Amino acid sequence: MLAVALFSFNRTRHGLSWGGFTLDWYLRLFSNEAILEAARNTFLLALLSTLLSTLLGTLFALGLERHPWGRGFRAFLENVLYLPVVTPDLILAAALVVAFGFLRAVSSLFEPGLLTMVIGHVTFQVAFVALVVASRLRSLPRDLDEAARDLYATYPVYLRRVLLPLLAPGIVAGAMLAFTLSLDDFVISFFTAGPASQTLPLIIYASTRRGLTPEIHAVSTLIFLVTVVLVLSAERLTRRAA
Amino acid sequence: MPRVLVWYGELTAASSLARRGLFLLLPGLLWLLAFLLLPSLLLIPLSFAQRGAFGEVVWDFSLENYRRLLGFGILGFSLDNLLALGRTLWVAFWTTLICVLLAYPIAFFIRAQEGRRRYLFLALVLVPFWTNLVIRTYAWQLLLAPEMPLARFLVGLGLWEPGMALFPSAFAVYVGMVSAFLPFMVLPLYSSVERLDPSLVEAAQDLYGGPWRTFVHGVLPQTLPGLTVGVILTFIPAMGMFVVPDLLGGAKHLLVGNLVQQAFYTMRDWPYGAALSLVLILLTLVALRLYRRYGKEVDLA
Repeated sequence: MLAVALFSFNRTRHGLSWGGFTLDWYLRLFSNEAILEAARNTFLLALLSTLLSTLLGTLFALGLERHPWGRGFRAFLENVLYLPVVTPDLILAAALVVAFGFLRAVSSLFEPGLLTMVIGHVTFQVAFVALVVASRLRSLPRDLDEAARDLYATYPVYLRRVLLPLLAPGIVAGAMLAFTLSLDDFVISFFTAGPASQTLPLIIYASTRRGLTPEIHAVSTLIFLVTVVLVLSAERLTRRAA
Repeated sequence: MPRVLVWYGELTAASSLARRGLFLLLPGLLWLLAFLLLPSLLLIPLSFAQRGAFGEVVWDFSLENYRRLLGFGILGFSLDNLLALGRTLWVAFWTTLICVLLAYPIAFFIRAQEGRRRYLFLALVLVPFWTNLVIRTYAWQLLLAPEMPLARFLVGLGLWEPGMALFPSAFAVYVGMVSAFLPFMVLPLYSSVERLDPSLVEAAQDLYGGPWRTFVHGVLPQTLPGLTVGVILTFIPAMGMFVVPDLLGGAKHLLVGNLVQQAFYTMRDWPYGAALSLVLILLTLVALRLYRRYGKEVDLA
């Protein structure tokens, strides 16, 4: 009954045994231009969107947690954060397709491609980063800040020497969450990708139409492994910090 | 005279503190405004517009898209869309219910484990949660393929034709949906189950409650917060799902999500797609409204 999880291990093994217990498919993978290109796109997209969303999310969390807002405004800010979390991917994707369509009339920057995908990914990542960082901020005792003040730390020094180091585990955890979310995303990419910016999930999806190849199994296994490693290291990081 | 206060050991004017705070919030707020809120609002007027001959938007306001959505197409009335709408609710409902039925035993099983083993099983639940949905779904295509044990077993029982995959079928859709959403149900439920007070369960048993009454009076009220969050996290995305029915369902099992995808991707008919999206948003809002009324805040972490 613990099911699902065990299944996922099973599945990948099936994906492997399909190819007949050989590493050939993996080797062949590295000479497949389309897949390599997609892998590069996937990671570039994840990297860019993670950097941007971590910055925005951290600033947002600081603004939310470290300023004496009235109850109404605070509730508003929290609702803003929950909005992207509860909005179905598909709706966000549809809305973005339309918005980019109109923006294209203004600037060719919004042709479907890496930029539009990054924008889409950042939009759903920001809230997750902010929520993670905010919860870390809430758990930091006030005394530390006050001690720093008592020692005449100016705001920039305080930020650099006290708050950011203390906050770092939260920020890293948020960033890793954003990174895995980006790797996992299919729906947003599916709608905002251009012909030159295919990602691995998009290729896998397309190939389920054209017929599966052992190479696709190999890619899936690799993505799966990378995700698990990322999640485990994020987990370890947050636990050590806690 | 500006209002002065001590905030985190710092003596500042309230106004400068607020200014600094807004400065921090602004980038994030503007981003979400520009790429989440405004685009979503844009869908509303768009849903009343028309598709031009080349897939462009013609701002010719009418209720045409909604008429079409209800099945009044150029080919006369058809039930297909309404069926897809009903099927979406139906599939989301059953997916949620099956997830609940599976998640309770899993949550209690994990709770019964000691120390490290508990974390191990929790991690096992989390793994599929972090695996790409497309990969998971296509893994089901593999598992349900004719050469695989399950299909062979059914053939052996004489329930299935040899050489046929078990998808596309309603069964495959449910298998895919439940496996996609089970972690979203197990995690919040587990956080409730972990804090459950066993003495209340024992009390129910001492009072000669059968298994059902013990559950209803002893377990259910205590796990309600986790259950509500789980239901929301399952039901809402289940309504917007299109990958699973697309890969495992075939044409007979289209959901609203598939219609949205087709409208935007295949037909390039944005106004119609916008109308479909709005219906989906509406369903989501109703579900959230119910959650606000009956649900309680639960710590997901």
